[in-house]
Amino acid sequence: MPITYTSGEQVEVYRFSPFATISIPLAAILLQAILPRYLHFFTIFDLPLLVTIGFATARRNPLAGLLTGCLIGIFQDALTHQPIGLYGISKTVVGFAASSLGIKIDVENSGARFLLTILFYVVHEVVYFMIARGLVGLHMEWSWPHEIGSGVANAALGIFVYALLDRVKQRT
Amino acid sequence: MEVFGRYRNLIVLVGVLFAQILGLAVQVRRTTDTEPTRLIRIWAVGSVSPLEKGLLWFQNSTDNIWHNYFYLRGVRAENRELKHEIEQMRLEQVRITQDADQARRLQALLAFKEQFISGTLAAQVIGSSGSELSRSVYIDKGERDGLKPDMAVLTKDGIVGKVLRVYGSTALVLLIDDQTSGVGSLLEKSRLQGILRGTPAGAVVLEKVMSDETVPIGEQVVTSGGDGIFPKGLPVGTVTGVSPGSDLFLNIRVRPAADLGRLEEVLVVTKVDEKQAEPDETSPMRAVDILAERLPTVPPKPDATSGSPAPGAVAPGPPASNGVASSSPAMKPTGTNSSGSTSAAPKPVASNSSTLKSGSPNSAAPGPAAANTFAPKSAAPKSGAAKTGALTSVPSAVRPANSNATASQPAQHLRSQPAATGKPNAPPSAASATAGNSAPPKTAGSSPSAKPVTPSARTPGAGLASTETKSATPQHDPVRKNAGPTPPTKAASANPSPATAAGASTTNSTATNSATSSAAKKPPAKPVASGAATHPPKPQPVPEDSPQ
Repeated sequence: MPITYTSGEQVEVYRFSPFATISIPLAAILLQAILPRYLHFFTIFDLPLLVTIGFATARRNPLAGLLTGCLIGIFQDALTHQPIGLYGISKTVVGFAASSLGIKIDVENSGARFLLTILFYVVHEVVYFMIARGLVGLHMEWSWPHEIGSGVANAALGIFVYALLDRVKQRT
Repeated sequence: MEVFGRYRNLIVLVGVLFAQILGLAVQVRRTTDTEPTRLIRIWAVGSVSPLEKGLLWFQNSTDNIWHNYFYLRGVRAENRELKHEIEQMRLEQVRITQDADQARRLQALLAFKEQFISGTLAAQVIGSSGSELSRSVYIDKGERDGLKPDMAVLTKDGIVGKVLRVYGSTALVLLIDDQTSGVGSLLEKSRLQGILRGTPAGAVVLEKVMSDETVPIGEQVVTSGGDGIFPKGLPVGTVTGVSPGSDLFLNIRVRPAADLGRLEEVLVVTKVDEKQAEPDETSPMRAVDILAERLPTVPPKPDATSGSPAPGAVAPGPPASNGVASSSPAMKPTGTNSSGSTSAAPKPVASNSSTLKSGSPNSAAPGPAAANTFAPKSAAPKSGAAKTGALTSVPSAVRPANSNATASQPAQHLRSQPAATGKPNAPPSAASATAGNSAPPKTAGSSPSAKPVTPSARTPGAGLASTETKSATPQHDPVRKNAGPTPPTKAASANPSPATAAGASTTNSTATNSATSSAAKKPPAKPVASGAATHPPKPQPVPEDSPQ
């Protein structure tokens, strides 16, 4: 039984149905591909990342988290013109970290989710930035205001996404 | 084993990361021709694109139902406006066609090779990459529709990007604002060349323009054709800001002409032909002809050209292609109008206005009948003149010096000179009157507009000779300046013989030569041109006590 920093001694571990496991990430990727066509500002959001964080924190299983992040990231990479693996590595790291952290702290309330999402978004961008510059050789510029702003926006959207995920998750 | 169990998660994480990094390294080293990840991409695109297409179909269906059945308000008004716009654009098209023909002729002279977009394919944007760091969109046409990588994609506003990857029924288009894209571009006015690139922030900049160049804000950027993807001359965008960049280059910010954030329909350039420009000599209609058709015309008079009883009237020269334009100078019997005709010769619209003016009775200007004796000579060079009024006016304008010299010679000598029209002894008819204008061009005194009328100018023949020597060239410009308003009333009252008046009045300046030349070219049936000719020539000279 994992020891947590929350008041309770036990944390809930959830699971998702196979249908939800497949369809929710697919829907997130689909919306991420379609919505920017109508809402150009939507490119600052990263729905697959929010789904990755949501799944990882709910399952609280690092292996499941990193594999979920890896698959979602590779799928997302496949839709871009960049080499496959940029999003894959980033989301693998985030999935592992989110599920590992989910074991340690309570991530059920909205405030914690909000802050965690900002943190994971920045981690995601840092990893992406490092790989893109170091491995692929892309010329990228880092802008803290932009990253923090995008992180806050994603965290705000994440609250609703996590609320939706809460409805489909099943207690083990 | 126990260690593996304890650090299982960490080991798996490292393994997964290592595998992905290895895959990345393989991809970065390889070219896109031997893409190892193509299968993954095909699966991913194949699983997403049907949903995107379905959504697009639903959206289009809803839009069609709404727009075709419910939202038809204002269609008639819009139809009216569009028809009017078509009319305007037809005129514009003729003008542009002429410009294009001219450009082709020049290019043919220089053996230029031109790129023509000979095949395009319309496609709809069905989705995007969904990433801020990958600015690309998916279109609903792919390999089955004949798309290939590196095809240019554009909209009516400007270029959009190029086809990067092609799948069965979809294709990935790399937008020009992506940081990995590059478009050979040049500034439209200064012709400075550079490379258009996207920035990580999504802006578009023109690079490789030296910092010592001046680039104005608002200048248009077009494709240079140097990248081998985009044909030359396609609109790219507008310069929105210029600042010193690094390495002696300017940092030129460009706003794309196409709205890359709201792409719906695009055109993929599937075929570009490169061939040498061939001038099109069979231009169907000139803009001036269309304009002339729309202007009000004087009702035709059947006896317009044949009504001249002058036996040796100078026959009109080769008919001009445009009756209105060519006839206009002939309708300027006064020196005032003739002066205007010189400048108006290359401008058809101006000719038209002068043509309308000449229809007034006041156009008959007074002048000595002796001017008519110069008709054959002046008519001679005009009849063989070139088609364009501007060209004919030039030699005529040069001629007056000779004309003046011969003006004092006996009329018989002048008559003996064969006219190019084949009518050597042209008596004073309307046409000859205008033709005679060129002979004594310096007789400004005989013109009603020329205020300093010398007494000798009132005398036919002799007056011409005297004025030639005195005020030939210097009075040329003043007469032209005073041309417009002065002639009519005096001319009408002074000289009852319009034919002779025309001949005299046009002697005012060398500018009248253009009128003469046009008169020689004018088609006989044109009513406007026959305005002066309709007046029967009266051989009797103008009374010496003429008000002039």
